[in-house]
Order: sequence, then structure tokens, then C-alpha cells
Amino acid sequence: MNSPDQGVVEQPARPENIKAVPVRHPGRWAGAVVIAVLLAMLLHALFYNKAFQWDVVGKYLFDSSITHGLVVTLELTALSMVMGLVGGVLLAVMRLSPNPLLSGTAWLYIWIFRGTPVLVQLVFWNFLGALWPTLSIGIPFGPEFWSESTNTLIPVFTAALLGLGLNEAAYMAEIVRGGIQSVDEGQSEASHALGMSRFTTMRRIVLPQAMRVIIPPTGNETISMLKTTSLVSVIALEELFRAGQNIYSRTFETIPLLITVSLWYLFLTSVLTIGQYYVERYYARGSNRALPPTPIQRIRALFQGRHTPPAPPVVNPGVHGGGNFS
Amino acid sequence: MTELTKQDRPGHPMVKAEGVRKSYGQVEVLKGIDLEVRQGEVFCLIGPSGSGKSTFLRCINHLEKINGGFLSVDGELVGYRQKGDRLYELKDREVAVKRQDIGMVFQRFNLFPHMTALQNIVEAPVQVKGESRAEAKQRGMALLERVGLADKADSYPSQLSGGQQQRVAIARALAMKPKLMLFDEPTSALDPELVGDVLDVMRDLAREGMTMIVVTHEMGFAREVGDALVFMDGGVVVESGHPREVLTNPQHERTRAFLSKVL
Repeated sequence: MNSPDQGVVEQPARPENIKAVPVRHPGRWAGAVVIAVLLAMLLHALFYNKAFQWDVVGKYLFDSSITHGLVVTLELTALSMVMGLVGGVLLAVMRLSPNPLLSGTAWLYIWIFRGTPVLVQLVFWNFLGALWPTLSIGIPFGPEFWSESTNTLIPVFTAALLGLGLNEAAYMAEIVRGGIQSVDEGQSEASHALGMSRFTTMRRIVLPQAMRVIIPPTGNETISMLKTTSLVSVIALEELFRAGQNIYSRTFETIPLLITVSLWYLFLTSVLTIGQYYVERYYARGSNRALPPTPIQRIRALFQGRHTPPAPPVVNPGVHGGGNFS
Repeated sequence: MTELTKQDRPGHPMVKAEGVRKSYGQVEVLKGIDLEVRQGEVFCLIGPSGSGKSTFLRCINHLEKINGGFLSVDGELVGYRQKGDRLYELKDREVAVKRQDIGMVFQRFNLFPHMTALQNIVEAPVQVKGESRAEAKQRGMALLERVGLADKADSYPSQLSGGQQQRVAIARALAMKPKLMLFDEPTSALDPELVGDVLDVMRDLAREGMTMIVVTHEMGFAREVGDALVFMDGGVVVESGHPREVLTNPQHERTRAFLSKVL
């Protein structure tokens, strides 16, 4: 016996590579033809209908008031998401705290801000000056040290930011809480056993792992926020949607301008979707043995003449470690 | 003679338990545990599942709060401060400080999956003790070498086998320079062929004089390395003594019944 494997007496001849006819998918081809026809009909209907006024769409696509509105929309989206994320993490940690004062406060906040329409909240912040004409700092029920008119303190952009950001924080709090609770209890136990404080454990061990669960819905929230900023038009802040409105209220080219604005929203959400893909990949490290190739890597592999990307390096074949960290 | 007497066990007491009780709601899991672990000893806890051995281990570093009795580590109460005849509960921060001296190794390893092996080891010394990252890394590499995994420093836990993960977990605990190591069934989640590597590391540790409390089903390890052994069942210590004596000549019926199943 020259085989080290006992029980195998004779090395069988190596079988030839399999040559088989792949499974046919006639249904797919038929379906593709039907969809191609429908798509052609749709495009024809879109581009040969004069009512869409595509030349007007093109004319305003890079109009200065539209691009200015675009910048405001981006600023508003970014800042309110930052507010939402920071507030959300804070609220989630408070909500999970053993301190009843903290968890109660967080619960109350989420109850109010998630329970009322964001449109109402926007209008509320904008008209805060009508409720309290001045805001001041001082001793409660005592003397005031500093006071300022509410309308000066909260210009329309700030009101929009407060309305969107504070509302978003309530939603993000629930997303972050779900993420934190998805992390295995053994992780904080191990961290505590090493002498790490509750705060360090949260910051270094639990939150980074929770991110994997938090990121995908946060991407959704960001995309949703990008479009929700259009609500701000009701308090007359000139963002992308309001900029379009301003033009068509003058020229009555309503449909073309709504398309112009929508094209921008679609472009921005596409960019965000790509960003989300890469952020998700980053936070998946350590949880997958090897990450699947990105679309760009796949295309590159295709051009190099390989139809399948190179197999990821397998570490320790045959060993099933780490099953408990999924 | 199966009772652990002072004469045959040198060293000062590292862990002392007197009448330790612990219950979850109505269920009492520890019904008065008395035992003493001395410095430099390898102390093995055996018993059927549900006997309370893991719970007792977790009480030692205050992952579980005891409901009654007296439990001290290196002469200091666990979780409380005594002033006069009054007990004051320690703050989270103070409990964390005491835990730095007690290393713990878990059945399911509980490595941090988002960090490499080396990062796992470096984390606590840097975050808790304020060690410089460079110094912690250097010590971390030495520890990885000690457990035979220097080449896996940059691997993530999911890329390691169970046995390798557990050895990294031991190195992670050692990085805090503990005076006591707690092992909670460290080899129970491992494939049989991987158990040996982990036990080798523990054996080396014992030889270097580390005080270890080991909850285990590895009777061979207990017999070979253990200095003292306790058999627990139903939340009480049924029998204790030198491992060789208890394992070869058990005095109690329950011990005999248990050993006949596992040996």
C-alpha cells in the first residue's frame, strides 16, 4: 500500500472532466423578449410625447437656482442625518440603560417624535417664534442672563434642520437599539471580564459590531431623508424641490420641472446606493471569511478573460471556527 | 483522606467562599458553597450540567451577583466593600478595576470578531490600563508566540479554528497580567482533535505557577495537572480532595455515579 490513506487499496484512475449540456432556460429568453418590447414602448411613449417637453428639462437641469437648491438639499440631508445618527446612538444607549431616568426620557422622546408627522414638526419649529417670541437663559422661574428673539435664533434653515434631525433621531434610535441587541451577550461579558467599563465596552466592542446591522437601514434612512427634505418647501426654504416649484409657478412648465428635479433625486440616491454598498462591505469584515468581489472587480475580471473571479483564499480548510459569531 | 487540609496545600488563599448562595428568582442554583483556592493552585470544578459550577465561576469575577454568603478574591470581597459591619455595593467602575486582575476564558471563546487576533489581545491593555499601543503589540506578539499562534496575528477569529480561537482567548486574558485565571469549560466547544492544543497551553500556564480555577469535563487533565478537585451537584459541593483520590476512589454515591458516566 503506497497510499497513506488506509482503506484505499487502489488509486482509481482520475475521471475526465465532465462535459455536459447546461440546463436550458427557454422561459428566460421569452421573458427577456417581452420585457424588451415593453421597455421600448415605454421609452417611445416618454420621448415622443411632446407634453414632457424634454428640451425644457434639459434647459433647467443645470440652472443656477436648481443647482443652488441641490446644494441646500445635500447640506440638509447630510446635517440632519448626522444629527439623527448621533442623537439616535445617544437615545438608544439611554433606552438600554439600567438607569430608569435615562431610559424613561429616551422612551418619551421617541414616543413624541416618532408619533407625530414630520411635516407638523417642521412647521412647529418654524413657528416657534409665535409660541415663544424670545428664548432666554437664566435661573428657572428666576432672573434671566441672556435673551434673544426666537426668529433670529432659529432661521428657516435651522428650523428645517431641527424638524428633520430630531425626528430622524427617534427613528435611528430604534435602528441602533436593534443593532445593539443583535450583538451576542458573550461579547460584553468577555469585555467586562477584561475589566473594560460599560462605556468602553459599548464604544469599542458592541457598537462596532452593531454597525453591521445598523448600516443597511441607515442607508435606507439617508435615501429616504434625501427625498423627505422636499417637505421643507412648506416652510419656504429654497431646496431642490422648492427651486423647481419657484420656476414652474412662474413659467407653468410644471411637468418638465418636476422631471428635472426627479432626475436629480434619482441621481443622488444612486450615488448613495453605491456608497452604502461599500460601507456595508467595510463593516462586514471579520464576519465573512472572504468578501465577494465588488461589481467593479467582477467587470475587471471579465475583461481579463476570466468569467469567474478568482476563488477567495480559504484559510484553514475543513475547520469550522467562529460559527458563534454569525 | 479526601478532605482538603491546610497541611498538604501551601500558599495563601486566593479565593475563599463561605456559604455562597445564588438564586435566579425562585430557583436556587448555589445552595451554600464552601471552598478555598490557594495561590498557584490548579483547582478543578467538575459535575453534571446544571450543578452550578459555571455559575459559581461567574460569581468570582462578579458577572453574577451572589445572594448570600461570603466570597473573597485575594483577601478582598467580591462586589462589596465592608465598612464596620455594613456592606456597600461597589460602583461599576470599581468592579471593573477588580476584574482586571482576574482573567476569564469562556466555553464559546467570545473573541471580538471585528478585530484580528492581535487586536483582540491589545485592546484591553490599551483601553483599560492605558498602555501604549506599541508596547501592548509587542507583548501581544510574545503572548501569541507563547500559545503557538504568532503566524495568526493578523487573522480574524472567523479565519481561525476553534482551538486556535480559544488559545487567542487565553492570550487575551493573560495580556492583563491576571493573578487568577478562570476557565469555563474551555474545551467543551472544540472538536476532539483540537482539545489537546488548548490543554497544552493550560498545562504550561499551570507549570508557571498561575492560579487557575477550571470548570471542566476533561478528567485526564484534572488528574494530571489539578492540585485540588471539587465535585458539585445540585448547587452544593458533594466531595472535594486531591484529583487523583477523588477520581480513583470517590467516597460519595453521587460522585461515583457521575464518574462512571464520564470516565
